[in-house]
Amino acid sequence: MARAVVNLPATVKRGEVIEIKTLVQHAMETGFRRTQLGELIPRDIIRSFVCTYNGEEIFRADFHPAISANPALVFATVATESGTIEFKWAGDKGFSLTESAKITVT
Amino acid sequence: MTTRRRFLTAAAGLAGGIGLASFSGGARATPAAMQEAMRKVIGTATVRKGRVKLDVSPLIDNGNAVPLSVVVESPMTRANHVKAIHVFAERNPLPNILSVYLGPRSGRARVSTRVRLADTQKVTAIAQLSDGSFWSDTADVVVTLSACLEEALI
Repeated sequence: MARAVVNLPATVKRGEVIEIKTLVQHAMETGFRRTQLGELIPRDIIRSFVCTYNGEEIFRADFHPAISANPALVFATVATESGTIEFKWAGDKGFSLTESAKITVT
Repeated sequence: MTTRRRFLTAAAGLAGGIGLASFSGGARATPAAMQEAMRKVIGTATVRKGRVKLDVSPLIDNGNAVPLSVVVESPMTRANHVKAIHVFAERNPLPNILSVYLGPRSGRARVSTRVRLADTQKVTAIAQLSDGSFWSDTADVVVTLSACLEEALI
């Protein structure tokens, strides 16, 4: 079972720009490598990442095979209100993973 | 009748041909392929240098995990913000590396991740602003151990 780690401050002031760090466990097999017997290893990567803040999309990313194994992504957002920030990864072979974090805005 | 000499020259020619074919047929993108991939994303718009800062180390030991970050100078307001950032590599098997989509709620146009680089090459970041203009930055990187194409131990 794949795991994901997200890191962001738990409490922030309203209007502050916060940094969100995400890390997800995935081999990101490129589809260009071969085994020692010469067979092509099929591609198996995470294709997309979406981040929503209280249901509204704030950040989206498309991954390609050139993203390293265990994709890490750091981005920013403005803390507007208290609530939940949700992270969703989707990829080949039906890969789907959701993670969420609570944020308190004062 | 096949003489020994004729057989040997034919065999050498054949081996050379095979070697050349497998070398030139390697799964590598070219600068032209990168241009094509860029055109697919940005259309016919002109791309200007500046405003974007692509931060990647100039000398890389291991191409499998190269820290890379892109910063764009922008106030990130509703009227003037960065809509998207695209990163391309010139000589990877696929020219596309990453595309991210931002908005005024991002607050700051800064993204970092880790990428694979298959060869010593140029990496380009292009930012699309809300007024429809495109800005770019290019970095030259030297890679000693390349990623993507090595044989897997399975």
